[in-house]
Amino acid sequence: MHWKILVTVIAGLALGACETTSDNTGSAQGGGSATGQGSSSGTSGSSSPQVSSLAPGGVPAGSQEDLVTNIGDRVFFGLDSVSLSAEARATLEKQAQWLRRNQGVIITIAGHADERGTREYNLALGDRRATAVRDYLIALGLEQNRVKTVSFGKERPVDGRSAEDAWSKNRRSVTTVN
Amino acid sequence: MMRNFKQDVRFGLVPLLFALCVLVTVTGVSPVRAELKVDITSGKIEPLPIALPDFFGNGAQAQTLGRDIAAVVSADLERSGLFRLIDRKAFIQARSSLRIRPKFPSWRQINAQALVVGSTEVRPNGQLRVEFRLWDVFAGQQLVGLRTDTEPRNWRRVAHIIADAIYKRITGEQGYFDTRIVYVAESGPAIKRVKRLAIMDQDGANHRYLTSGAELVLTPRFSPTAQEITYLEYRGGKPRVYIFNIDTGQREALGDFPGMTFAPRFSPNGKRVIMSMAQDGNSDIFVMDLPTRRVSRLTSHPSIDTSPSFSPDARRVVFNSDRGGRQQIYVMDSDGGNPKRISFGNGRYATPVWSPRGDLIAFTKITQGEFYIGVMRPNGSGERLLAKGFLVEGPTWSPNGRVLMFFRQPRAGAGGGQPKLFSVDLTGFNEREIKTPTAGSDPAWSPPKR
Repeated sequence: MHWKILVTVIAGLALGACETTSDNTGSAQGGGSATGQGSSSGTSGSSSPQVSSLAPGGVPAGSQEDLVTNIGDRVFFGLDSVSLSAEARATLEKQAQWLRRNQGVIITIAGHADERGTREYNLALGDRRATAVRDYLIALGLEQNRVKTVSFGKERPVDGRSAEDAWSKNRRSVTTVN
Repeated sequence: MMRNFKQDVRFGLVPLLFALCVLVTVTGVSPVRAELKVDITSGKIEPLPIALPDFFGNGAQAQTLGRDIAAVVSADLERSGLFRLIDRKAFIQARSSLRIRPKFPSWRQINAQALVVGSTEVRPNGQLRVEFRLWDVFAGQQLVGLRTDTEPRNWRRVAHIIADAIYKRITGEQGYFDTRIVYVAESGPAIKRVKRLAIMDQDGANHRYLTSGAELVLTPRFSPTAQEITYLEYRGGKPRVYIFNIDTGQREALGDFPGMTFAPRFSPNGKRVIMSMAQDGNSDIFVMDLPTRRVSRLTSHPSIDTSPSFSPDARRVVFNSDRGGRQQIYVMDSDGGNPKRISFGNGRYATPVWSPRGDLIAFTKITQGEFYIGVMRPNGSGERLLAKGFLVEGPTWSPNGRVLMFFRQPRAGAGGGQPKLFSVDLTGFNEREIKTPTAGSDPAWSPPKR
């Protein structure tokens, strides 16, 4: 357990240096980087052995990839809505458990809106959505200092098409391991 | 290189503006009868037929400049929708003899109501002297006459100043041709759209980028008094309101707020910035006094309060709020007191912007799956919709309060929407695309240059 925390923290630090504003699909960011970076950012100058625990499915525990594959990194919202559906709450409950298991993990929740609103209002709406998710995770026990929020309004869709199914994918919050 | 050039132009023009001198009118200084006038407040306007020959030049360089200036003046006037440029092939009087005095019967014969006669002269000291006269063809009277001496490279601004003078004399309103547009230039796919601040003259000339595209930037707005823009930038992944200095390229984050700041606009005197701050899921409106950096809170409501815009007398603020359940437009006192909803039509209302004349508020309206640009009076009456589209948004006023610019994004395929800039007259007529090198959004019109 102890090793796991240490390695996760190191991985978290290394990832923290990465750009966090990019496309929050998750797979690009967390995937693969956690294992390799323990060594390059060794803490005390001594060459620490590379140890990382594996989550089910063979991905590094506590990584973005782990979150995406085994838990689900995002929840979706209704039109102009910030309320959490039963499905969204179920995902967030799993995220909360996962965050309890991976104590070193610090997250950012990005809130997004579809293109069918005005830019500034959608920035506020994205902030509301991210905060709704954050508050739910905190209510489930997540420490406040482990979570940050950011809003992208309608600036970062996952699907650029002007279609209902695209908009429903774009009204989302995405949890990213820092 | 470009930046230095722009800077020099600006400073070079200070003397230019003072050097503009009124040429003595033929009939003396008494105002002529108001026979030649376009009323731009009424509905569809019959454009005024105007003849605008190339300006007469005293040599090769001056002739080129004379032709270029006439072309820019013509384009400005034509784009306003208020003038119809008469085909030059119809001209009867030779340009050379025009310098002496127009033969009005031969201009009447081709139904020109107004005639612009100009000359360009490169002086021995290298300065460019430009003179022009605007004639009322039917009365045979001079309406305006101006002369300016300046650096030849300022010829475009001279042309815009001339177009402004003609517009003003004919309509009775200030022109808006000697102005610029800042906007967000867009490139790349929707899921990874690159956005850069860009600036250009109102006719699209002198286009240049202000930011590299490395950071997401949104919603630029001009200072009414300085060469500055306030806008939103995601620097280091943190969305914050910044001020960008156009001359130096320097940018500065405005204040140190605990949450995202966004939706900034300058106050009419340029000394304050009003904006939203989002914290814990709630967006409220704040105003920062720039000299002291003191921040005051104007709204404190659990709803989303955003898109604030001062009235030109700075006594009131119009803003967007969903406190009534959905997005509507509200007006409050500039200290935050007395908020009143003013939009009551069907649908959602957003992005209110107070006209520089104070008489109207422009907005975006969303109803039944369509977006509209419209205007209403500050008390909410007299709503008129001027433009429509799958997505139209973000109106900005010309400095004379007669034209709105906005962006329109058509329904998109997988690559995402490609927005373009458009302008439309307050009458709802004369909609024009504003050409930009790439897709563009979030336009903001500059105040008149000084």
